[in-house]
Amino acid sequence: MSVTTSPPATAAAGPPQSPRAHWRHRLAERGVDGQLWLLAPAVLFVMLLFLYPFFYGLGLSFQPTKGGPFSDYARFFGDSYQRGTIWTTLGLALPAALLNVLASVPIAYRMRGRFRGKRLVTILLVVPITLGTVLTAQGLLNFLGPTGWFNRVLMGLQLTDEPVRLIHNYWGVFFSLIITGFPFAFLLVLSYLSGIDPTLERAAATLGAGWWQRFRTVTLPLLMPGLATTFCLTFVLAFSVFPSAVLVGNPAGETRVISIAAYQAAYEQYDYPYASAIAMVMGAIELVIISVVLLARTRLYTGSSGGKG
Amino acid sequence: MATVTGIPGTDVPGVGPARPRRRLVARPAAWLVWGAVIFFFLNLLGVVGSVLVSSFGQQWFDTWLPDGFTAKWYSDAWHQFTLGQVIVVTLEVSLLVVGLSLLIGVPAAYVLARRSFPGKRAAYLVFLLPILMPPITYGIPLATVLYKFGLAGHLSGVVLANLVPSVPFVILTMTPFIEQIDPRIESAARMCGAGLRSVFLRVLAPLLLPGMLASAILVLVRTVGMFELTFLTAGPDSQTLVVALYYSMSAAGIRAQQSVDAMAVIYTSMMLVLLVVALRYVNPTQLVARVKEEPEP
Repeated sequence: MSVTTSPPATAAAGPPQSPRAHWRHRLAERGVDGQLWLLAPAVLFVMLLFLYPFFYGLGLSFQPTKGGPFSDYARFFGDSYQRGTIWTTLGLALPAALLNVLASVPIAYRMRGRFRGKRLVTILLVVPITLGTVLTAQGLLNFLGPTGWFNRVLMGLQLTDEPVRLIHNYWGVFFSLIITGFPFAFLLVLSYLSGIDPTLERAAATLGAGWWQRFRTVTLPLLMPGLATTFCLTFVLAFSVFPSAVLVGNPAGETRVISIAAYQAAYEQYDYPYASAIAMVMGAIELVIISVVLLARTRLYTGSSGGKG
Repeated sequence: MATVTGIPGTDVPGVGPARPRRRLVARPAAWLVWGAVIFFFLNLLGVVGSVLVSSFGQQWFDTWLPDGFTAKWYSDAWHQFTLGQVIVVTLEVSLLVVGLSLLIGVPAAYVLARRSFPGKRAAYLVFLLPILMPPITYGIPLATVLYKFGLAGHLSGVVLANLVPSVPFVILTMTPFIEQIDPRIESAARMCGAGLRSVFLRVLAPLLLPGMLASAILVLVRTVGMFELTFLTAGPDSQTLVVALYYSMSAAGIRAQQSVDAMAVIYTSMMLVLLVVALRYVNPTQLVARVKEEPEP
């Protein structure tokens, strides 16, 4: 490469050629500069539409309508009604994400081989993801409602005497997080599991390991980094729950999640600095949890790969 | 484990011990797993089915099925919610987002796949962030900025907001596609005298077409289903179908439940058509996220 780059320097220093040939020559020789311009629209776009709004919001959150720079944050953490939204959100998102990931593992473990109808199962699982939370909420209102099919079945089986209350409370939102989150987690775990070489497990079997031992000491350590990533992505989805918390939950009470608080500040009180402060708190909490998981993930990964080697 | 310890006595024939042992233990576990899957699908069927049945039902109170069946809620919904206009807006928004995100994303993906330059890791991280963050977190500051410049509340604001997760998504899905293409093909084209533009249009574009189609469809599905960003930036005449559905649901009680259901069914069928189209071109896991995949046997 060094041989090819030296000629243009002498060409540029030499007698001026016709500007057209000169330009073409430079483009052909130093494609670097020309090609990097291709990145410009995307960089400009990210700066204008993502970084600028983000830092604008960050700056805005320190310029409250009244009080010192931190007074909006103090207002949020000082008000127990607002502060409680953090625990409400975590109380919904953490169990839902954990359940989605943990339930996916045995099911994906069983389905990792080839069997008839595997493609059908995966296609059916994609359906709730594409439907989105709004439609799921509408379906849950009909299905889990006091006269819905679910309660009818329960009462038909004599499991309860009166309808179980499953909507407009914690459980409605929880179920909507499971319905949209489980397929997501499952498909990710399945693709991580099929990425693990099955001969490793067969080797363990020849050494006399039972299925539980094989799973626990061979597959699980290799799967753990994937599980951590899946947990993060599922958690992000569950953490920003908004439509279902409003529609199937109880948005004034037990499912008043932090995104509802941010939305109300922005669109009902038109207090943009306060809304930005809440959004920043939301982002910070999420980043903390994700970085804890990812930090643990690096430990897991080095540990298991060392053991394997 | 209790079953395993009970077996060796019965395991008299000279079969290898590994296989029958695995099968006997696996059986109840398999039942449990399949039971969980079937239970999940039954509930899913109930969720989607109850919306479908209700949208065709005349009256449905305390019975298993509605009293009678009718299709009048569909025409009701169509007129009440001005669905024609909403669908046109949805299509406009999603097609604009798809086109723009491909235009912006594909060249960037090309540079990121082919070249190494200072700050490449930082660029990657910045492109990854909008996908990792929940839409509400960056959506509220973004909507504030868009309102400040008078863009929000119109089609342009909705398109701009939806571009934020779409462009990184295109970049992330296209980069592996581009890495697959042999760089010698481009070098050969260059040697034959092709400029950057003709390398792109006549060599790379035909080779990248399947990849671009796949990521276009993925972006389309995501944009039609994207609720939060559209919700935060849309005005009354720039609502997409999901947002219109949300508003009609949160104002429940004013209108008949069934016409909201009818609208939900229209939305579902639109998504299902897109899904069927998408699955012809992409792997189901790609709809979820881009994971490094091994070729399936």
